[in-house]
Parts: sequence; structure tokens; C-alpha cells
Amino acid sequence: MERERGLQAGYHQPAVDYDVSQDKGQLFFGMKAAIPIVIGFIPVSITFGMVSVQSGISLVNTVLMSGLVFAGASQLMAVNMLMMGAGAVEIVSATFVLNLRHFIMSMSIMNELKHILKFWKTILSFGLTDETFSLLAVRAQETKVNQYYILGLNFTAYLSWVLGTFVGGSLASVIPETISSGMAVAIYAMFIGLLVPAVRANWRLIMIAVTGAVSCLIISKMLSSGWSIIGGTIVGAVIGVFVLEEE
Amino acid sequence: MNVFYIIVGMMIVTYIPRCLPVFMIEWVVIPRWLNRWLKSIPYAVLGALIFPGILTVDKNLPLIGVIGGVAAIIISYLNLSIIYVVFGSIMVTIVVRSLLYLS
Repeated sequence: MERERGLQAGYHQPAVDYDVSQDKGQLFFGMKAAIPIVIGFIPVSITFGMVSVQSGISLVNTVLMSGLVFAGASQLMAVNMLMMGAGAVEIVSATFVLNLRHFIMSMSIMNELKHILKFWKTILSFGLTDETFSLLAVRAQETKVNQYYILGLNFTAYLSWVLGTFVGGSLASVIPETISSGMAVAIYAMFIGLLVPAVRANWRLIMIAVTGAVSCLIISKMLSSGWSIIGGTIVGAVIGVFVLEEE
Repeated sequence: MNVFYIIVGMMIVTYIPRCLPVFMIEWVVIPRWLNRWLKSIPYAVLGALIFPGILTVDKNLPLIGVIGGVAAIIISYLNLSIIYVVFGSIMVTIVVRSLLYLS
């Protein structure tokens, strides 16, 4: 009965005496809400797995990266930097800068989740990505979400990311020779495939990307490729402070 | 093994910004300009990663990477899935490379 009402509450206004905070049935709704994210994650994670293994990173490390880091853009960046021969300090620093944005997203989400125990939030924050954030941000405006809903959402997205990486990484070894000779361009095609739809949605973003690229080129005359990516990122994002509108 | 340590480092620096707000939310307010800066980072990093790196796809002929990149831009502009973008770009690169090296 309790569960029944919980299930209904996923769709309708909660009953007056219904307390969502302990309803484990919300796990199912979270998993269901993750479906569009999974559809987006699978092709990207498969391609990531392929590119990573093709570039010489072992299948185990490739899957571990997806499982431990769980942040798509920074994983691709790390593979690219490893290919360029960048060192550990450069790669970890660049990852830090790139994933700093999660801090903002997490701040905004945690503001909506004051009713959830800190213990839960400490665990659930690991699953925060651009995609789960945007879904959750909208959802939390509409209704009160509980920890089980977020767990279902994050874990489903996470699982598809890790499994997709494994599938892609396993496929890498069966790719025909003619195709793998062209694989060097794959990672750049992937970066472009992430950037272009964003620019289509907001043309101002191209100014940020171009500034990032030009700064990176200039800095690369003085510093290593890894540091020039970090430098280009910081400078390019400063342009964003001036050109992006408030939401 | 070295790659494994890099992954662990990446995990730590990625988890910290995700987790800190759980404990900071009560006493920190983020200024708007900082918010915009942080939001801009993914696009700046994509720009910096694509160029000049794409010129090194073929170290002897930087043009090959450029053509592969243009192919990727066109395919992704058509709203096709990232799988098509990647494989389309690979195919174009292979064809262009064989043509350029033949001539």
C-alpha cells in the first residue's frame, strides 16, 4: 500500500500524508528517468572505449577510468594528452580545471536537496555529470526528489557509461587495419561532435572555443602541450564571463 | 601502472568539486561572473583540444587532420549521432590520405 502510493506519487501530486523521503519505490522512477541519458551515453562511451584502447591504454585501465572518474570530456582529454606524451601532473591539473564546473552544478543541486541526509549526498555527488545535473535540476523544481530516486538515476547512467566503455574497448581489437589507420582523427572528431551541437544551440560558445584554441596555440610556443591546454582553457573561459548571458 | 595512478589522481580531483558543496552550501555564495567562467570551461577546453592538436593527425601532412575535422563539423552539423561523426571523419581521412600519398 505504501509502495503503491509511492508509485503514484511519481506521476501525480503526492498524497497529503505521503512522505517521499523514505520511499524506496522512487529508485525505479530514477532508473526510468535515466533512459534518455543512457541513450546519449552509450555511443559516446563505446567510442571512448575504442579510441582509448586504440591509443594504447589497456582495456582494464580504460574501463577503470570510466568507473572511477565518470566524467566523459575529461576522460577523452586524458587519452588525448597521454597520446601527446603529457605527464601525470599536467593531466590531473587539466582534469581538475575541466571538472571544476561540477562544483557549480553541485552547489545548485545541493541547495534543492536540503532534506536529504549528508551521508547520502556525499555518496550521490559522485554520480553528478552535466547530463544527470540538468535532468535533476528540472526535476527538483517540479517535485521533491529523494535519495533513492537520485540513486536510481545516477547508477543507471553510470552503469551504461562503464558497460559502454567495456564494449567499445573490446571492439577496438577487432577493428580492421584500414580503419584503425585513420583512428588518429577519431578523438578530434569526437571533440568536434561534442562542440558543434552546443554551438548550434548557442552561437556565442564558438567565441569561447576559438579563444581557447588560439590561446592554446600561443602558449604551446612556450610551454608543453599539456600546460598549453590548461592555459588555453583558462583564457578561453574568461571570454565566456563577458559573452555569456545570464539565464 | 603509471596510467593507473593518473586515473586515481583524476578521480580525486573530479570527486572533490562534486562533493564539497554538500558541506559548503550553507556558507558560500558564488558570484555570477565566476558562475559564467566555470560554465565556459568545457567549450574553452574543447577548442584547445581540437586546435592545434588536429594538425598532428598526420605529422607529415597537417592538411589531412584539417580535412578530417571539416568532415566531422559537417556531419555533426547535420545533427547525426556522434558515432556517425567519428566514423565518417575516419573514412574521409583514410580516403584523403590515400589520395594525397598517391599523388
